[in-house]
Amino acid sequence: MRRFLIFVKKETLQILRDYRTMLIIIIMPIVQIILFGYALSMEVNNIDVAIYAPVRSNSTDDVAAKLISNKYTTFKGYLDKSTDIDRLMKSGDIDIALIFSPDFNKSQVTQGLDNPTMQLVTDAVNPVISRLSTNYILQIISDDVATSSPVKITSKMLYNPQMLSSYTFVPGILGLIIMIICTLVTSISIVREKETGTMDLLLVSPSKPLMVIGAKMIPYFILSCVNLASVLILANTLLNVPIQGSIVVICFISFIYIILSLAFGVSISAISQNQVMAILISAVVLLIPVIMLSGLIFPIDNIPEILQWISVTVPARWYIDAMRKLMVEGLPLIACWKQVLILSGMTVFFIFVAVKQLNSKIKK
Amino acid sequence: MNAIEVQHLTKTFGKTTALGDISFSVAQGEIFGTIGPDGAGKSTLIRSLATLALPDSGTIQMLGMDLLKDYKTIRTKIGYMPEIFSLYQDLTVEENLEFYASLFDISIADNYQIIEPVFRQLEPFRKRRAGKLSGGMKQKLALSCALIHNPQILLLDEPTRGVDPVSRKEFWNILGDIKKQGITIVFSTSYMDEVSICDKIGLFNKGKFLCIGAPAEIADEFADPIYLIKSAQLYKVLLKARQWEGTRQCYMFGDSIHIVFKDGSYSPEALKTFLAEFADAEVSAVEANIEDCFMNLLNSERHG
Repeated sequence: MRRFLIFVKKETLQILRDYRTMLIIIIMPIVQIILFGYALSMEVNNIDVAIYAPVRSNSTDDVAAKLISNKYTTFKGYLDKSTDIDRLMKSGDIDIALIFSPDFNKSQVTQGLDNPTMQLVTDAVNPVISRLSTNYILQIISDDVATSSPVKITSKMLYNPQMLSSYTFVPGILGLIIMIICTLVTSISIVREKETGTMDLLLVSPSKPLMVIGAKMIPYFILSCVNLASVLILANTLLNVPIQGSIVVICFISFIYIILSLAFGVSISAISQNQVMAILISAVVLLIPVIMLSGLIFPIDNIPEILQWISVTVPARWYIDAMRKLMVEGLPLIACWKQVLILSGMTVFFIFVAVKQLNSKIKK
Repeated sequence: MNAIEVQHLTKTFGKTTALGDISFSVAQGEIFGTIGPDGAGKSTLIRSLATLALPDSGTIQMLGMDLLKDYKTIRTKIGYMPEIFSLYQDLTVEENLEFYASLFDISIADNYQIIEPVFRQLEPFRKRRAGKLSGGMKQKLALSCALIHNPQILLLDEPTRGVDPVSRKEFWNILGDIKKQGITIVFSTSYMDEVSICDKIGLFNKGKFLCIGAPAEIADEFADPIYLIKSAQLYKVLLKARQWEGTRQCYMFGDSIHIVFKDGSYSPEALKTFLAEFADAEVSAVEANIEDCFMNLLNSERHG
């Protein structure tokens, strides 16, 4: 036991003395959460809309009023001629133009007399934004143009009524940050021992591989918990992401995921000959799959089937899944039994691989 | 009982043979020096003894135990110092020592008397980071760390590489002190002058021992006449001397040339006549030392 404690002390001292690296590890998640929370938002703000209506009517004025009062849209006024649409869109003054036919009138629509039309013209240079804003505008004005429909559709956004993307990003970022930091720091710390030759001395000493790995993981585990706490606090206070589920359960799953990532780092160190390679594998090679295949940005259901199968092996996918359920939907632990089981299984697997690697090195 | 008994040890890495059928033994309390050029396979030999490199074939017995079967017990009884001083650069002298002691579940105080001859000079730097020590100090700290658990066999892989001559000399004195405690020492080196401290040496090249024995024995076995040439134009003299019919071997030796005659029928006077164009060339008899033996053995191996 004393041996174990001194081992932990040594690892802790090494981390503390390299305070620059430690600072990066602690500050990086904070910067990322702020960046993702604010800069990388999928919401559409400030849609500039203009209306071209040869004949102004109550109906067109109603639409204009709606656009003015909505805080996500800016009404740029009525256009005099249809050629203005092209000009203003090119100059970037408007994103969307609404064109009403001269005979457009709500009452006529209701009576089913004529065949009035409304056209929506969008600047589709950025397809994601144009699609989102088109839908948004249609939603706003639907009341005015579609009252004729006998079926009234009321949609309600559950769990995230404002459709804030930070709700989905925060669990995703947690999954990304923990994976990368944990694997990176553990793999580097072990590969460094290989490089300086101290690993040889650990191997010829009577200390057990499980103890070596355990002692290496503990300080990094604590560091990761600091990260977890800072991300959760920031998400809750700064980005107003609610923590619906039990904090104990959230921490429980996060702990499993942290240990999994640490063990994964140990496995990476086994195949890396030097620190550069360890960094490349844990940061570069891991980064893309975690971003692409974990549902962090792209929903798993949207990616091709073969990639969906591959994504099953990405631990971050299961963690992000569970965290969304727990944090945003506020479900109990039992709802994530599958994710917990898979993550635990992966953890045991990687610890087994890590110990095995150290063991085999001894006999080689 | 011998502390180390190696029989037909072979180790290959792919197509390279690092150790080719080696057999030797080291008696308890002896200092055994493996001397050879870089890349000869010395490190692999030391690593095999340190249970870090698994032999392809052959047996190693350490303290009467089989290395493959009892490697766990053997590990508690050997101290290994790798070629690069394996220290945690960001930990202090004391923390390094404490850590290595803790690996064997002991404290520094338990075995202080063992490392005392080495650690004495490090005492004032207890709180200094290992990375900030001089080469000689690092070497002493690494040795202290290898000794802290009171091993019966000490394995040192090129312990004096990159260390200044004064520290080297000190190091040999320290090894003498350690030997007095009854610890068997095996080390490797590429410096020929380090044989003086050894009880037994093995001249090592291309994964094989060319010869093994006490330094004096090996030197005595050198039968051919050997002479020393001094001159201001050493290189030109060397090239010329190599063309002489009586030359078996001729090579630089410090600031002079050593020349080995083919047999007793050639005289130094004949050589002098041959080198007449170099007015300042002096030829005098000299005792063969280990380096001469090594050169001779290498030469005879090359020419069959």
